[in-house]
Formats: sequence, C-alpha cells, structure tokens
Amino acid sequence: MATFVLNGEAFEFDGADDTPLLWVLRDHAGLKGTKYGCGAGHCGACAVHVDGRARRACITPVGAMAGKQVTTIEGLGGDALHPVQQAWIEEDVAQCGYCQTGQIMNAADWLQRVPNPSDDDIEKYQTNLCRCGTYARVRKAIMRAAELSRDGAVAVVVPDTGEATS
Amino acid sequence: MTALNRRHFLKAGATLAGGLALGVSLPGRVEEKAPDLSGRVGEPSGPHLAYLVRIEPDGQVVIGAPSSEMGQGVKTSLPMIVADELDVAWDDVRVEQMPLGIKRDSEGNLSWLHVSQGAGGSTSVSEGWQPLREAGATARALLLQAASERWGVSLESLSTERGVVFHADSGRRGRYGDFAAAAAALPLPEAPPALKSADQFRIIGRPQAVVDAAEIVTGQAEFGIDAELPGQVYASIERCPYHDGTITRFDDKAARRVPGVIDVVTVEGPAPGEPFTALAAGIAVVADSTWAALQGRKALTVEWNPGPHAAESTASLRRQMQDAMQQPGQVVLDDGNVDAAFDAAADSLEAEYFVPYASHAPMEPQCCVVDIREDSAVVIAPTQNPSGASRMVNRLTGLDRMAIEVHVTRLGGGFGRRLTVDYVAEATQVSMAVKRPVKLQWTREDDLKHDFYRPCGLHRLRASLAADGQLTGWRHQLASPSKYYRRANVEADKMWTAELYPDDPPRRLLRNVQLQYYSMDSGVPRGSWRAPAHYANAFAVQSFIDELAHRRGEDPLAFQLKLLGEPRDLPYEQHGGPVFNPGRLAAVLKLAAAKADWGERLPAGRGRGIAGHFTFGGYAAYVVDVTVSDGSLRIDRVVGAIDCGLVVNPNHVIAQMESGIHDGISTALRLEITLEAGRVQQDNFHHYPLAGLRDAPREVENYIVDSPHPPSGVGEPPISPLAPALTNAIFAANGRRIRELPIADQLMG
Repeated sequence: MATFVLNGEAFEFDGADDTPLLWVLRDHAGLKGTKYGCGAGHCGACAVHVDGRARRACITPVGAMAGKQVTTIEGLGGDALHPVQQAWIEEDVAQCGYCQTGQIMNAADWLQRVPNPSDDDIEKYQTNLCRCGTYARVRKAIMRAAELSRDGAVAVVVPDTGEATS
Repeated sequence: MTALNRRHFLKAGATLAGGLALGVSLPGRVEEKAPDLSGRVGEPSGPHLAYLVRIEPDGQVVIGAPSSEMGQGVKTSLPMIVADELDVAWDDVRVEQMPLGIKRDSEGNLSWLHVSQGAGGSTSVSEGWQPLREAGATARALLLQAASERWGVSLESLSTERGVVFHADSGRRGRYGDFAAAAAALPLPEAPPALKSADQFRIIGRPQAVVDAAEIVTGQAEFGIDAELPGQVYASIERCPYHDGTITRFDDKAARRVPGVIDVVTVEGPAPGEPFTALAAGIAVVADSTWAALQGRKALTVEWNPGPHAAESTASLRRQMQDAMQQPGQVVLDDGNVDAAFDAAADSLEAEYFVPYASHAPMEPQCCVVDIREDSAVVIAPTQNPSGASRMVNRLTGLDRMAIEVHVTRLGGGFGRRLTVDYVAEATQVSMAVKRPVKLQWTREDDLKHDFYRPCGLHRLRASLAADGQLTGWRHQLASPSKYYRRANVEADKMWTAELYPDDPPRRLLRNVQLQYYSMDSGVPRGSWRAPAHYANAFAVQSFIDELAHRRGEDPLAFQLKLLGEPRDLPYEQHGGPVFNPGRLAAVLKLAAAKADWGERLPAGRGRGIAGHFTFGGYAAYVVDVTVSDGSLRIDRVVGAIDCGLVVNPNHVIAQMESGIHDGISTALRLEITLEAGRVQQDNFHHYPLAGLRDAPREVENYIVDSPHPPSGVGEPPISPLAPALTNAIFAANGRRIRELPIADQLMG
C-alpha cells in the first residue's frame, strides 16, 4: 500500500510495495507516457519526477513513493506545454518517439539547475538512450528549451484531440 | 525505380457521415493465394479508417497512413503525397494510421485493399509515390466534378486551392466539405486525372514536422506497449535460451501462488529447421498485471533440453568460417577471369574483415495485444508487417484471413526486427489457451536474447592492380550464416542471395570480378537488420578501396572516383534496381567531400575518412572526422550527402541521415552479440551498450542532392557507408586499420 501525489492528485496503490513505480503508472494509473525500455535503470525511457527530481521509475519501488510528489510526462506542463516539450516540437526531435518522454522528463529536471547548459553539460546530464539517433536534435532542443525557459515565453495549450495534427 | 505497369483500381464511396471516402487498390499486386476460401469477401469491418482519403461534410480531411511508422517518417510523408495532389492545406489534414486492408477476389486470391502496407526495404515512399498521388488527384477530381454540376459551370472554369473550389468567373467558392456528399455518389473517372508537375507541389518537397509531434512529447502517442483491449490479461514468457531447445519439464506451483497470476501455459517453439512461428519454446505466465506476470515468471522452475546447437559459440562459428575459406566457395558471380588478372598483376592486396552478429534492440521491447475468439481475431501490434501478422494468426488458428483484424500502432523502433511476427505467434498461442485478450510484454533481456539477429560474416577481399594503378581483378569471399536459412522456398544453393548483391560495385567498374559464398551453419536465428547485407558489404568494400588507395599512395576519394568513372546506368537486378549509376555515387562522395573540406591538412591525431554506398535505390556518402589519442576515439564531425531522388519531406530525409549516422556509429563502436555454449551472452544495455549522446558527434551536417530521379526510400541508405567512413578516418588519424567490428577496445595499446 502506498499513497502519494500523482500529477497533483492523491493516488493510492494497494499492491505490493516492491512493485516498480513504472508498472503502477502504466497498468494501474493508466498513465502510459512513461515507457518501459530496460527495467534496469540503463535507458531512462521511464524517467519521471519524484519531488521534482528525475528518477527511473523501472527501478523505483512504489513503496518508496509514500508521501511524495510524482510527476509524469502527462503532468509535466500542467495545461500548457513545458518549455522542454515546446522545444522538442520546435526542433522536431522525435523519430520513433518512444524514448522521448523520458528524454524530456530528464532534461526538464537538470535544466532547472543548469539553466545555461554547455555541450559538455548536455553530454554529462542527458544520459537517456535513443536507438533512432535523435541526439543531434536533442542537443538543439535542450539549448532551445533553456532559451525558452529564460524568456519565460511558453504558454501553448496542449491539443487534446486524440489523433495527430501537424 | 520500379517500372511496374500499375493499373490502379480506385473506388469511392460514402462515409458514415455522408462524406467522400476514396481508396486505391492494386489488384496486380497479389499478396498470396488464400489457403482457405470460406471467408467473406470484402473490406475490414468496424469504425476504423478503411480509406486513404476521407472528407467529411464539415470539411475535415482525414488521410490514412498506410505504412508502419517506426521513426522513418512515413506517417508524415505518405499522407503529404496524397494531400498535395488533393490540394488541401497540410495544417487542415488529420492523419490516421490505417489498419491492415486486404481483399479477396472471386477466385480466392488475396490482395491489398489499397496499397502495400508492409514497411521494409526502404520502399514505402518509392512504391507509394504513384498510387498515393493518383488517390489524391482522383479525390480532387470528384470534388471538382460535384462542384461543376452543382454550379452548372464547366470543369475547366474551376480551380482549387487549399481545400476550396473556386469559380473565377462568378467569384463563387466552396469548401471541399460542401461537395463531399455529392462527390461520393459520382462514378470514378475512367483514367487517373493528370497529376501535378513538380513545380506545382505545395507540400511535397517542403519540410514538414512529425505528424504526431505534440502527442509524442505529451505522452499521448500510442505505441504497441500502450495498446489494450477490454478484459485483457498480461503475459510474460520464459523462453528456452538454447536455439531449437525444448522444455524437458517445469514446475509452476510457486508461480501460480504469486498474487495476480491467473494461469501458466506453454508456448510451442518452432520445429527445428522449419520457418519460425514463435522464436523459442516457452512457458507463459498470465496475470492481472505486467508486474504480476513477471513475478510469476521468476517463480518458475524450468529444465531445458538444449537441443542441437548447445555446443555453438562465437569462437566455433569463427573457426567454421576460417576453415571453410581454406577451400573455394560457391561462385555466385564470375565476370571475366579473375585468376588470370591476379596472375598478371603488378601488385595485389588481400584483407579480411569481420562483422559480428547484432541485435535490433528497438527501444520498445516486443509486445502486442491479441484476442483470438471463436470466429474472429483482433491483433494490435507494433509491426512492420501487418499482413504477416494476419497470416500467422491464420496459420495458428485456422481463422479466415478476412476475420482477422490487424491494427498497427506507432512502433518504438523497427530496424527490421518487426518484419517478423514471432511475438504475435506467441500471443496468439496464449490467447487461444486462456480464451481472453492477451497483452504480451517482452523484457529487454528477452529482446536481446531472442532476436532475428543480423548475420555475422567473415569477408576476404583480394584485388590486383596494374602498374599504372588501375584495378584489374577483384574477388570477394564471404562466409556467413545466411539470413535466408529456414525460409520456405529458398534452396540451399540460394543462401547467398541474402548476403551478397552481385550488381553492387565494383561489378562492371572493372572487368574481372568474382564473388564466392560459404553458407555457414548456426543455430542463431537471423533476419533483416537495417540495410541487411549492405551494412557488412559496404564496410568490407569501402574499407578495402581505402586500403587500395593507401597502398597506391593515392587520395582515397580520387582513387574511388577514378574507379566509379563517368555517370552511366549499369544494370542492377537486386532490390533497389533496375539501375545503378556510379555517377550518382560519385556525386554524393564529391558533395560530402567538398562540404567537409576534404584534402585539408589535419593536425596529428586527427583523421578524416570517406565512404559511399548504393543501398536500395539511394546513394549516400559520409566524411567522418575523428581524433584518436591514448586509445580513445572521439568522433568530431560527420558530413553526409544523399541522393534519394525527388524529396518528399526534406526534414525527414535529414532526420534519417542523422539516424543512419547514429546507428552506424553505435553499431560500429561497441555492439555485438556473442554466443557461448549455445546461449546468447548479452542481456541488457550494460552488455549491449547503445551509443549515448556523449558518443554522438557535435558537428553533423547533411546535404541532399537536388535530383531529377523518382523518389527512393531513406530508411536504410544512410547507414551503410558510416562504419567504413569512420574506420577509414581512424586509419587516417593513427594508421590503425580496423578490419573487425565492433571497434570496441581495438584502439587501446
């Protein structure tokens, strides 16, 4: 049994405490933006924020979430796009797209502490794996996100249509 | 380009809401002979998109994406082709992924309902180009016809722009949606309408972003792992770690006691030597959540019978290759007289190259949802091959093909892995056993240990040179376990056809060329891995050309350009033909070289390498800059050039170049699958270390040749030349010739 705040609302999980947060989010909370990639903390596809810091949900037991604030990609920007999401769209980062929610959650965390990132910073902190090879655009998008955050200029409402628009 | 004489049967009809729906089908492209004639003839039922173009009365334009989207951009580029001829604003288009569409004619033959829906071989754009344009143009023609009749004006007096019909003389205008219902009632034009000329394109050729970008960054895009059906249960399978091994016995008592576990069922593996269904025999734990299934699986006790390949190892396979090469191989190409050329040579060179087994390792491990019912089935899968999924379910269940729905999600990477449908075969078996919809989830360990791996191969190349430096003879011997083993209808003496493409250069660039093949035995399942044999062959051939240039003391680019010679069409009978033009390959080499300042002197420790290759209709070349110091390698810069004919979406051509660069680097640096005592040794990313961002070059530039040729695909051509450009750069930096992949720690010491 674990009770925590999930994307701003109280959430209770009544299964075993050693269940990874990842599967609680996906199978029980219905939040599927957090992806499974390796189950061992290597790839970062499952990155979420716990009390504001990026954590790999596949190796985070849900029992450790008691009393904490968990934010997933679905809750990252509230009603608007977070600057990192906005930058990811502007730089058209995604190919298959599978790892990108984890990439975004990870970048959104460390960019708070490193608001003017260098190439070295990006290489140091952005450790999520991408199989398609979007790293060139991830670099650009992180720089762009930093710029957007400095300008404080993002307030784009997330489209709520189910399917794609351009 | 394909020069098929296609006859497109287009058909139109009303949508449920009274709009226009238009499909295009290609009766000439028969998919297969149906094994069972009992099914109903017709279209897929249900509310999904069964048409390529749908215009609702409210003006909403929906365009179907027929091919699987795995990151290569076709969910954007194929609808762009339709939208341009339809003449709508791209911003007004909504794209929907189409389910598998097949139909059966009165003789029982199955064919595509609209267009080919598999995604592989870099064919989506090249094959879709003509029929998708005709579909868009036909829909536009019907809308114009409807407007002409309603307004009582001639067709010629009407024009369209961005989803609006205009009558210039009267100033009247009407949106497509206003005419959709009337257009749906019209007969189709007898011949496809005139298509736009290239200078009339408004969408094609202009960079467009990924259609699902907003959904992806907000976590709303649906991948296979996100699919669900009401009442589904979750399954995880413990598979036999030995290839063609079997279950001796197992104990599931503890597994069944794990909270949430519902059932434990066996999954039948493939018959040894026969085409694959599932990849391996296994025991499926079925539970009420993914985690419960995984926990139940851990509680299984299983004893395996290792089967016929238990003694195989990477070392034993390598010995098999080296032993085989003591003797002549199967001669699969023998132009001129290579032995005579070698005898008369002023100089000659021989080298061996090795490329290891590799795994696809898409970020999304295999998964799918399958519901096998009494008289129908539903499959939701991240598959490159929806018709293969349909055939697999038919084969295992006996259900009629027309009763099997296959829906395709976004794929969390494909790279050829998802051309095979073994995971659908597994979920089908489990669903049949538990009589419920089954969500099958592989782990990363499952995915690395059970794959259709890229074949490994040992290449031996020998070339002779005349006194003036001209190449006079070329022999390429390859020993590999062929991708084509265990395929139905491929004879033993045709194993080479998956591994060597005889019309690849240097054939016809010199007179005496011989290819020999040695078909190796291995229990390791293998399949198509991005640009199949091109990855290995480009590495061997482009490395060897670089070695020959250095042997001669010539500039590698100049040496290769001299070999390629003047632009001309040479016959190319393998996939990607019908012609190979060495001039187009020379052009991308020259473009990349020019942009990368080829020929510039570099400081000590830095090196610049070049390579180019023709892959499935596309020409790509790279110049790679590296710094090698104290055994460490840094890739500083990559400059690429591609000629893929007419460009539909420049943004995604560049993205695929970036992808090919990355995949080429990642695979060349550290990736290999090894075998010990019959078992694959790699199980997660710490043992199969994909390149991370810190491995990625900081400077990447890609250039697209302005080409008059028809479009060719870009999923695969960009990967082939990367590895040899990289290893050629390493040689230029420190004189160390990398002849074996991955590079791993070869630069140490």
